[in-house]
Amino acid sequence: MIRLEKRPQPSKAWTVATPILAVILTMLFGGIMFGLIGTSPFEAIRTIFWDPLFHPQFAAFSRPQLLVKAGPLILIAIGLSIGFRAGIWNIGAEGQYIMGAICGAAAGLALYPMESVLILPLMIVAGALGGWGWAMIPALLKVRFGTNEILVSLMLVYVAENLLASVSSGLLRNPEGMGFPGSRNLSQWSSSQNLELIPGTGMHLGVLTAFIAVILAYVLLTRHIQGYNIRLTGEAARAAKFAGVSPARTILFCLGLAGALAGMAGLFEVTGPAGQVSIDFGSGYGFTAIIVAFLGRLHPVGILLAGLLMALTYIGGELAQLMLGVPGASIQLFQGMLLFFLLGVDVLTNYRVRIGKGELA
Amino acid sequence: MSSNTPDDLLRLSGLTKAYPGVVANDEVSFDIREGEIHALLGENGAGKSTLVKMIYGLVKPDKGSMTLRGAPYAPSEPSAARKAGVAMVFQHFSLFDALDVAENVALGMENPPPRRDLARQIREVSETYGLPLDPARTVGTLSAGERQRVEIIRCLLQEPRLLIMDEPTSVLTPQEVEILFETLRKLKSEGTAILYISHKLEEIRTLCDHATILRLGKKVATCTPSETTARAMAEMMVGSSFAAPAAKHTTPGEVLLRVDNLTMPAPGAFGTPLRGISFEVRAGEVLGFGGVAGNGQDELLLALSGERTTPRGTIWVKGADVSRDGPVARRAAGCLTAPEERLGHAAAPNMSLTENAVLTAGRRQGLVKNGFINWKRADGFAGDVIERFDVRTPGTHVAARALSGGNLQKFVIGREVAQNPDILVVNQPTWGVDAAAAAAIRQALLDLASKGAAILVVSQDLDELLEIADRFGALNEGRLSSLKPVADLNMEEIGLMMGGAHDMEVAHVEA
Repeated sequence: MIRLEKRPQPSKAWTVATPILAVILTMLFGGIMFGLIGTSPFEAIRTIFWDPLFHPQFAAFSRPQLLVKAGPLILIAIGLSIGFRAGIWNIGAEGQYIMGAICGAAAGLALYPMESVLILPLMIVAGALGGWGWAMIPALLKVRFGTNEILVSLMLVYVAENLLASVSSGLLRNPEGMGFPGSRNLSQWSSSQNLELIPGTGMHLGVLTAFIAVILAYVLLTRHIQGYNIRLTGEAARAAKFAGVSPARTILFCLGLAGALAGMAGLFEVTGPAGQVSIDFGSGYGFTAIIVAFLGRLHPVGILLAGLLMALTYIGGELAQLMLGVPGASIQLFQGMLLFFLLGVDVLTNYRVRIGKGELA
Repeated sequence: MSSNTPDDLLRLSGLTKAYPGVVANDEVSFDIREGEIHALLGENGAGKSTLVKMIYGLVKPDKGSMTLRGAPYAPSEPSAARKAGVAMVFQHFSLFDALDVAENVALGMENPPPRRDLARQIREVSETYGLPLDPARTVGTLSAGERQRVEIIRCLLQEPRLLIMDEPTSVLTPQEVEILFETLRKLKSEGTAILYISHKLEEIRTLCDHATILRLGKKVATCTPSETTARAMAEMMVGSSFAAPAAKHTTPGEVLLRVDNLTMPAPGAFGTPLRGISFEVRAGEVLGFGGVAGNGQDELLLALSGERTTPRGTIWVKGADVSRDGPVARRAAGCLTAPEERLGHAAAPNMSLTENAVLTAGRRQGLVKNGFINWKRADGFAGDVIERFDVRTPGTHVAARALSGGNLQKFVIGREVAQNPDILVVNQPTWGVDAAAAAAIRQALLDLASKGAAILVVSQDLDELLEIADRFGALNEGRLSSLKPVADLNMEEIGLMMGGAHDMEVAHVEA
C-alpha cells in the first residue's frame, strides 16, 4: 500500500524539483500521446522544445517570439501570483488585459496625430488605470458585499470581450480603414509605437517591464511588510487578522495590482506586437498567465522561468502544427498535461510517499 | 512468567509501538484490576494516547501482548474491542448536532434496538447512574457536560468491563465534575474497571485507586494517588523537579485596562454575544476569568485584541479610548494579546519562527523600518524568545507547525512577554502544555505582573487561575460575574459563578 505522510515542514528540494519532474512527465506522456496519433514522439518533443530556439531555418524568426510571448505572460502572472499568495483568486486577468489595451489605446488615439514623447507614457498610465479599474469591480463587490471574486472577475472577461468587439467596430475604428473593424495601427504611429529595444531579440518595453516586475515582486514578497502581510493572509487568514492586516485593504491591493499589470500588458501588446485594437485582440494571455503563475510556484523567479517555458510550448506547438501537421487540440492537451502534472506532483513538497503496510491511527 | 491473579482484568505486557522518528510506547507493562479506577498519567507526548489506542483496537502494537481476563486480547478494530467489553469515551465528542440523543446513541451501536426500547434503556441507564438526560433532546442544544453524558451512556449500554476515559473533565464545571465522579464511583462499585487519563493531579488523587505514569513512552512509576502528593506525581511525570510559580506580593497600581459596559452581538451563528462586560485591571495585578468554553471567552479576546472593533467608549488603555483601533494601534498603545488557538491564529503554521516573530512584534521591536522588514533583527528577536522561554526547536528557521504544542505555546506567549507590554491578555495560556512548560509560562506571567504590567488570564483551568490570579471572575453566556479576590473563594462559589448564578447565591452563602 502506498501512503502519504505529511512532512514536518515543506521540503525545499522538492519545491524546486517538482516543476522539473512535471516537465519530464509531460514530455513522457505527451510523447506517448503524439505516438498514439501517429507522430514520432521524439520529433514532436524536439519540435516543441528545441527547434524554436535552435532550428537553423526557423530559429531566427521564432527566437524573438519567445520574449514577445513570454513578456505579457510574465507581467500578468506576477500580478496574479501576488493575489494568489493571499488567497485572492483573480481569474479575470484576460478582461483586465483587454480593458487596459482599450483604455490605453483610446487615450493615445484621442491625441492622434499629435507627435510627442509623452504620448506613450500617457498611454501606459491609461492602460494600467484601465486594468486597475476593471479589477476594482470584483474587488469592491467582494469588500462591500462579500461576492466571490472568481465568478465576478471571470464574468467580466466576457463583458470586456464584448466591449472590445464594440469599440473596434465603433468608437475606436480607424476612420481611414475603409470600414474594416479595428483601430489605427498604433505600432506605426511614432508617438505610440512600442518597438523592440534591441532589434532581433523581441525585447520591447513590455518585456522590460515584466522583468522589472519580477524584481519588484521579489523584493515585495521577501523584504516588505506588505508582501509579508499578503503571504500571512494566504497562509492563515485568522493569524493575519490577529496581526492587524486589513482583509479589505489586502483585497483591494492585490486585485488592483494584478489589474494594473494586466492592463499594462494589454497596452504594450496593442502598441507593439498586435499593433491595433481589433476584435481578435484577446489572445488568452490572461488565462494562460494563471497556469504560468502556478507553474512558477507563485514565486517571481519561478514565474519568469515558467513564462519562458510556456511561451516556448506555444511557439513550439505552432511549429509542430505547421511542420508535423499535428492537430491544435493535441497542443492544448499537451499544455494541459503540464499543469496537471505540476499540480499532481506538488503533493511531494508537503508529503513524503511511504510504501508499506498502512494502519489506522 | 507470572500468571494472572484472579482479579486482573487487563494485563499489558511489553507493549511497544514506534512511529517514524519516535518510539511512542516502549515496553509498557501494567495490569488493570477488576473494578478499579486506574489513572494513566503523563505529559503531552508521553505516549498515553497511543497506549489507549492499542487497547481500543485503533493501533496495532509492534511488539508485546495483552490478556483480558486471562485470554489473549488483540483487537483488530474498535468493534472487536467493544465486543470484548472495552469501551472508550473520547476527549473530543463524535456527535451529530442535528440529531437527538437517542439517534446519536443508536449511531454508535452495532445493532441498535428499536427506537422505543432504546429510549427506555437510555432513561434507565441515566437514572441508575445519576446522569440526567432526555433521549428526545437535540444534541445541538446540550451543554458540553450533557454531551459527554451521551457518550458515556452510549458506552454503558454495551455493559463494558473496562471503560476508558480520555481527559473527561476538561470541559466540565466543578459541579458537573462531581456528578461524573459519582457516576464513575458507582460503576466501580459494580465491578467495572475504568482507565482514567488526565493530567489534573488533584482529580486523580480524589478518584483513582492506582496510577501508572508514563514518560517519553516508558512506564516510569506506579503509585497510589491518595498517598502521593500532587507535586510528587508531577515530578514523576516530568522526570525532574520544577519550581512552582513563586507567589508575588505587589500592590496594584493605576488602572491600565478598563472595559466599560462592553456589549456586542455574536460574530456568527455559533458565537456568543457579549453582554454588558465591565472590569478594570491595574498595574501589577493578575485578573483571572474562568468559565466553561463557549461562554464568550473567544469573543472577549477578539474585542480586546482589536480584531473586532468595539463601540466607542468601551475599551480604555491607560486612559485612552482604543475601542475603534485595530490590533496594530492597540499594540502600539501597549496592549498585547495571545489567543487560545496557537496554530492558525496566534501563529501561521507554515511560516518560520522568525516570520512568526514579525507577526506581532514587527513594529514594537523595530523589526520593520519604512515598510521593509529587517530579517536579521527579526531572527535575533525570535532567537531571544526561544532562548529566554526555553523553546525546544532546532532553530528559528523551523516552521511553526513543526513545534510541539507546548513549545509553540511557549513561543507565542514568550513573543508577547518579551515585548514588555503594559497590558497582556492571554486566553488558555497553558492549554495542552506539559507541567514544566505550564509552570514556566505562569512564572513568566507573574514576573511580568511584578514589573508593573496588568495581566488578564482567561482560562478553563481553575487551578491555574487560583494559583496566579489576584481576582477572579467567571464568564457565563457572555456575562461577567462580579469579581472576587481569589483568597476569599472556595470551589463551590466558583462553580456557582461559572454556572451564572453568581451574585444572589454567593451573597446568600456569605450572609
